[in-house]
Amino acid sequence: MGMMRRYFLIAACGLGGIVCTHVASADDEADARSERWAELQRAIFPGRTISEGAGVIQLDAPPRALDAALVPFTITLPSDKQIKSVVLVIDNNPGPLAGRFTFGAAADPRSLQVRMRVNSYTNVHAVAEDSAGKLYAVQKFVKASGGCSAPAGSNDEESTRNLGQMKLKLVSEFAPGEPVQAQLMIRHPNFNGMQMDQLTRLYTPAHFIRTIDITYDDQPVLRIESDISLSTDPVIAFGFKPSTQGKLRVEVTDSKEQSFVREFAVPAAAVSSTL
Amino acid sequence: MRGRSLISRRHAVLGAFCLCCAPGLSRSADESNSVKTTEIARGIHVRRGADEVASAQNKDAIANIGFIVGRDSVAVLDSGGSLHDGERLRRSIRNLTDLPIRYVLMSHVHPDHIFGAGAFLQDKPAFVAHAQLPQALAQRGEYYRERLEEVLGRGNAGPIVQPTMLVSDRTQIELGGRSLELRAHAVAHTSNDLSVVDSQTGTLFPSDLLFVGRTPSLDGSLKGWLRELSMLGSIHAKQAVPGHGPVRVKFASAASKLQQYLETLLRETRQAIANGVDIGAAPEIVGQSERKNWTLFDEYHGHNVTQAFKELEWE
Repeated sequence: MGMMRRYFLIAACGLGGIVCTHVASADDEADARSERWAELQRAIFPGRTISEGAGVIQLDAPPRALDAALVPFTITLPSDKQIKSVVLVIDNNPGPLAGRFTFGAAADPRSLQVRMRVNSYTNVHAVAEDSAGKLYAVQKFVKASGGCSAPAGSNDEESTRNLGQMKLKLVSEFAPGEPVQAQLMIRHPNFNGMQMDQLTRLYTPAHFIRTIDITYDDQPVLRIESDISLSTDPVIAFGFKPSTQGKLRVEVTDSKEQSFVREFAVPAAAVSSTL
Repeated sequence: MRGRSLISRRHAVLGAFCLCCAPGLSRSADESNSVKTTEIARGIHVRRGADEVASAQNKDAIANIGFIVGRDSVAVLDSGGSLHDGERLRRSIRNLTDLPIRYVLMSHVHPDHIFGAGAFLQDKPAFVAHAQLPQALAQRGEYYRERLEEVLGRGNAGPIVQPTMLVSDRTQIELGGRSLELRAHAVAHTSNDLSVVDSQTGTLFPSDLLFVGRTPSLDGSLKGWLRELSMLGSIHAKQAVPGHGPVRVKFASAASKLQQYLETLLRETRQAIANGVDIGAAPEIVGQSERKNWTLFDEYHGHNVTQAFKELEWE
């Protein structure tokens, strides 16, 4: 977690640069964006070489965010390369390292969807690491949404009241031994701690999910290390390989050292689970 | 009184003129230093917002804003979408009356309704808002200000003004010979909607709980909005001033169109969730039959579907 903190600080220092891009020409903006990514690469993957990821990893995102609080990103791994993990970087967010996704033995890593906050016009990078330790990156440009949309939700009360509630849905046909796509929903406000109370000039204490560990019958499926970019009430779609009957276990820990554990009998209980 | 009604007739004519050829007039309107208001009922002056998204040209003057003149004082509702918008509204008030501006209402957290408030700090009014507004401002105020400055230019958005008088249920304010009934709503359009009824003329100011013609924007609770909309109908106001759209409408007929939009959104988003449609794909499927009924549909509808999806997927 110390690492996450460090990226956060780097991002905060970089904010001035982002602001400048708005009065600069298109070329200057492109230069500033490349420079930003170079800087982030050095911070997140020090001393590593990152290759072009086309054909290895695919990142899909709407060209314009409809809702700054909730932008769906889909990561597809179409190649037969053994991919261990994927890192999602939202370059211009405060806290650009949005998530690290590590696949386990029971995973079907071909498709992964997450919802993230996007604060401003930004490049987004997905970086895959294969079993040999080689890195592959792809990039998407996302325009921020306008109007009344904001990265912080207006109705976080329900998330706080139902903190830790989870639901699991199977979103593809269940067949024992065959990979299945599941959707995990978690109630959590994911306060980013950047919300200043204008009267007290104090910041609301951050309260966000740090890790999500998903296992199936004690076999690791997916580990997510997240940060303040993860949306309120996060929803994660992922693949795993079930047998005839088994238990999908989810453990969530957050920045207040709280932990929430739910078990879902698959396929039987994979519809809903309330506290 | 005679002088005042002449002025307001002139304003009414100009206001109507503006409505039919707003684009052509936008430059000259921009050069004038006050906003064009229409006196929709005795002492109630409303400026129609442009049905546009915020831009450097329109200075975020996109919401319906105005003021109510009582015997002793003036109430502003809302203050406008930028410091510039608020300053022009203030000059319009001062062109009509020297009465003190005692109240500036802040109907909800959205920038097009509250960033004019800075223009009224000099009047030392009570800034009146829903009890949930301070929290929403803490979460979003600075973000909105930064985004607005990107559109309007550095220093042009205006300060974030904190409310000084909070309403958690219902209350009244007195302007002298006329009182305003304020109502803090449950989560609906946003988590902090405040509506106003002028009892003297039976005029309801639902602000953004009522959109007319311009695509609504959902930022609170879809189911909650439908409930609050129906509750507002039970007030049987003589007329209403929507947050966006014409300066004066009959509430029932205007609300029924909004209700149809919201119910379509509710029904079709539920259907999409049941059919396993992805949140990213839902905006292209849900509510398309409503496209013909609203302007700026592409700018706001997709956001609404996303909001509805987020609310309804937990059912």
